[in-house]
Amino acid sequence: METSKQTIGVNIVSAEAEIYSGEAHAIFVSGAEGELGIKPQHTPLLTALNPGLVRVQYQDHEEVFYISGGLLEIQPYVVTVLADTAIRAADLDESAAQEAQRQAEEALQKHKIDKEYYLVAADLAKAVAQLRAIKRIRKQ
Amino acid sequence: MSSAKEIRSQIKSIRKTKTITRAMEMVAASKMRKAQQRMLTSRPYSRKVREVIGHLAKAHSEYRDLYLELREEKRIGYIVVTSDRGLCGGLNANLIRRVQTHMNEKKQNHAVLDLCLVGHKAIGAFRQSGANIIATAEHMGDAPSVNQIIGIVKIMLDRFREREIDSIYVAYNDFINTMSQTPQIERLLPLVPVDEDKLNFYWDYIYEPDPKEVLDALTSRYIESQVYQAVIENIACEQAARMVAMKNATDNANNLIDELQLVYNKARQASITQELSEIVGGADAVS
Repeated sequence: METSKQTIGVNIVSAEAEIYSGEAHAIFVSGAEGELGIKPQHTPLLTALNPGLVRVQYQDHEEVFYISGGLLEIQPYVVTVLADTAIRAADLDESAAQEAQRQAEEALQKHKIDKEYYLVAADLAKAVAQLRAIKRIRKQ
Repeated sequence: MSSAKEIRSQIKSIRKTKTITRAMEMVAASKMRKAQQRMLTSRPYSRKVREVIGHLAKAHSEYRDLYLELREEKRIGYIVVTSDRGLCGGLNANLIRRVQTHMNEKKQNHAVLDLCLVGHKAIGAFRQSGANIIATAEHMGDAPSVNQIIGIVKIMLDRFREREIDSIYVAYNDFINTMSQTPQIERLLPLVPVDEDKLNFYWDYIYEPDPKEVLDALTSRYIESQVYQAVIENIACEQAARMVAMKNATDNANNLIDELQLVYNKARQASITQELSEIVGGADAVS
């Protein structure tokens, strides 16, 4: 990364895909505390991102991405945008947690059975057992 | 020797089994390709988060201690990722055995265990064991989203942040290639620092809005992405293992059909020969 002090590495990734990876002269994002313009040799910074645009400038042209929030890490030589795919909010997370807990209790209380599948599985197991038995008979 | 008719019905039933196993093999093969694709697309994120976490471990923040400090493991959280369905060889059984040995070691040091289970098979295996199950998730489908994982991760993380549990492990099957998958147990928290020489000097980030909020958000993302990656990888493993298991079953059925066909032909021929000799014998007696 020492090749030039004129550009800075940019990686934009979301949990389900890589969005952008390359060099840039400047990038602009909207952080939790306001708009940020980042040039090479920026001081290390870690911030939450607001939903908004990420603009990546390289020479004359500019690429624009929309993200629905996430985190930003700045090192002097590289900027990493961790974009969220999921819509995040404290209360949403809380309800997801409760749902997982409820599922655990439910699973402990009763046998939840995916009926059709288990019927097929049982049939197949039976068939496999038959095969094995036949094989043993054949060997004798 | 069994009669020709019996053998014929056996062959028929094996053929039926073979069509099922072959169909399952092909379905698994196509699902595996998709799962592998998904695994690759989600890799950059988990790698980047790990990188940022690695940098963070080198920064000199006051708040980071919570996530880095190695405490005595009095209470341990396990996130165990298995498949929902069986018929995939020894995949789940191997993983669960690995996890149980790991747990027994920890138990000997008088640790209490909390379990987060992903997948029907894990729930089935640990329900009887009387372990303390605090969260489960199952039937997530072939293409789970991060949303479905947030819940279980939050339960674990909240307990870790309250210092109720001292470490968090994740157990899943690591996809090496189609033929081999290995059970894997990794420590998620406290963070395992990455060795990188570049940042070995005294520095710290500027945090906006404040360190606690940003670090909490970052570690949540980190753990979620690692667990998500584990789930995705486990799906690819499941499909690969099922494909191999079903291929073996199909091959076995083929062999059996060949053998039985031979027996059947012999039996048929024997009965024809017998009938012929009976007719000839009968004709001799008459003349």
